[in-house]
Amino acid sequence: MSDKSTDDYWKANVRVITICMVIWALVSFGFGIVFRPLLSGIPIGGTDLGFWFAQQGSMLTFIVLIFYYRWYMNGLDREYGVEE
Amino acid sequence: MDQFVINLIFVGASFALYIGIAIWARAGSTSDFYAASRGVNPIVNGAATAADWMSAASFISMAGLIAFVGYGNSTFLMGWTGGYVILALLLAPYLRKFGRFTVPDFIGDRFYSQTARLVAVISLLVMSITYVIGQMTGAGVAFSRFLEVDNTTGLLIAAGVVFIYAVLGGMKGITYTQLAQYCVLIVAYTIPAIFISLQLTGNPLPQLGLFSTHTESGQPLLQTLNEVLVELGFNDYTGMHAPQNTLNMVLFTLSLMIGTAGLPHVIIRFFTVPKVADARTSAGWALVFIALLYTVAPAVGAMARLNIITTIYPDGVQEQPLAYADRPDWMRNWEQTGLLAFEDKNGDGFIQYYNEANPPAFAEELGWEGNEMVTFNQDILVLANPEIAQLPGWVIGLIAAGGLAAALSTAAGLLLAISSAVSHDLIKNMINPGISEKGELLAARISMAFAIALATYLGLNPPGFAAQVVALAFGLAASSLFPALMMGIFSKKMNSAGAIAGMIVGLGSTVLYIFTYLGWFFIPGTNMLPNTPDNWLFGISPLSFGAVGAALNFAAAYIVNKATGDAPAEIQELVEGIRVPKGAAGAVDH
Repeated sequence: MSDKSTDDYWKANVRVITICMVIWALVSFGFGIVFRPLLSGIPIGGTDLGFWFAQQGSMLTFIVLIFYYRWYMNGLDREYGVEE
Repeated sequence: MDQFVINLIFVGASFALYIGIAIWARAGSTSDFYAASRGVNPIVNGAATAADWMSAASFISMAGLIAFVGYGNSTFLMGWTGGYVILALLLAPYLRKFGRFTVPDFIGDRFYSQTARLVAVISLLVMSITYVIGQMTGAGVAFSRFLEVDNTTGLLIAAGVVFIYAVLGGMKGITYTQLAQYCVLIVAYTIPAIFISLQLTGNPLPQLGLFSTHTESGQPLLQTLNEVLVELGFNDYTGMHAPQNTLNMVLFTLSLMIGTAGLPHVIIRFFTVPKVADARTSAGWALVFIALLYTVAPAVGAMARLNIITTIYPDGVQEQPLAYADRPDWMRNWEQTGLLAFEDKNGDGFIQYYNEANPPAFAEELGWEGNEMVTFNQDILVLANPEIAQLPGWVIGLIAAGGLAAALSTAAGLLLAISSAVSHDLIKNMINPGISEKGELLAARISMAFAIALATYLGLNPPGFAAQVVALAFGLAASSLFPALMMGIFSKKMNSAGAIAGMIVGLGSTVLYIFTYLGWFFIPGTNMLPNTPDNWLFGISPLSFGAVGAALNFAAAYIVNKATGDAPAEIQELVEGIRVPKGAAGAVDH
């Protein structure tokens, strides 16, 4: 494997990590805390969407993020021939 | 059958299972002892990680923490789960690829420095030892409540069981007992929750029940809860209230997240899987297993709080409350423990429960003379849940076994982190590099035995600051180890001087900030500033400072690295090597 492709592999990895971490921050710090007042117009079972994200939605999103990353990286490992 | 006998059967059966697993999973080599020979199935490792992570505090106290604060304590839910995203994306796969046994192993080799290794060992020992004290005391409390033995006997039994499977089996024994412990604790937690959710909302899934219609009032459960709380002068459940504010919620959540990702006893679990890809899978499953409890906990909290209020005010908060003589059995049982207490202040024979600091307008008119539920320990919520929901005796036995499983599994994980830091990092890598495989395995077992003895001693004689120290453990992990690990992987050029400077600045600033407000070594009266929001630097709570300490760590490392030149070429090559999965060896030793 040439250095060029190692670089590309790492760049693609850092890119997908960045996207996932932005979503990670958005659902927890964003929807769950800072932007909660903006979501107060969306009612959910006696409260609002921000409360749901703080106590349920953020955790569910975290699970989806990890499995998405796993799926993406397994594909990337094969594409660059670096899988075990 | 007597409840005591049922509890004894459940706890006894679960302990027999753990010891049986210990005998089956004896460790024959250091690789067995430190990393279960890297042969653990990723889903099994996920469940073991979940048990390792979820302590007595998660099992017993989490629902109560949320029940009595409401929205403001969502920080614990997001913080203690969000850390797994960091682990899965930023740390676990690369540390697994590196293929060593301990966290200081990575820091020492990556930063080519015995000083860096030593700083990492010290951080690890401080955070793990303080953490394990809480687990041992938790196990003692669970024993004394459910098995009617005194605290000391309970703690010694718990230590004896951990001794058998941790000393015999090391990581291998611990992994498979943790799998069994996860099953026990999750079943124990969810069964009462399902019944309570069914009773209150008709929905068997507590996660959905929390946002469903409350059968009795015909309106959403959370709306009903908010209404009765406000009527009784309490803060509403779904809003944010002082002293909590947006800045501290964000910083505290972030501190818990990066603290979680930097805890050595969690990280070493990812060294047990066969491949790099398995480390990613395993982190995902760990979070699934953790979220099974953590998404149920807020529902248990809200429902139990509503249940207590409707038990005391069966006809509405402005009507006649429950007569003390008519209180249900579970209240009588828990009054005996002292965790629940009533005081009939106005002598009317009825229980008035309200916020006396902000009494409702009708309190005076009705002749209320103060809140009469004078003690309500938040831990009761989970432990008394089966009784509150009037579930059969075997569910209570299950809760007893579950609480012990949560405490013992976390204690074992911490003890392994402590003993491997001593036998592998201190003895093998620093003091006596020529030690044989057999000698190191023996050293590992002796260190484990010593670690258990120390933890038992500290559990029997807990320093007064044990509770606050858990917050310190997260602050330390967040500000010292996490940034060093992350820079070790994501910055090829980071050199040893930068990493050491970063760890010292991060650790030092966090410890200093916490001690400034909570007292030197938590000794009351030695704090230099009162621990109140107007004295905090920029309004940042000492508990939230870990995230700031981490930022200072990164900044110091960057500046020192710029001033002292990049890491040598062979180290940069090593970092390139850990960035790709290919070529990870099975059980690598030096």
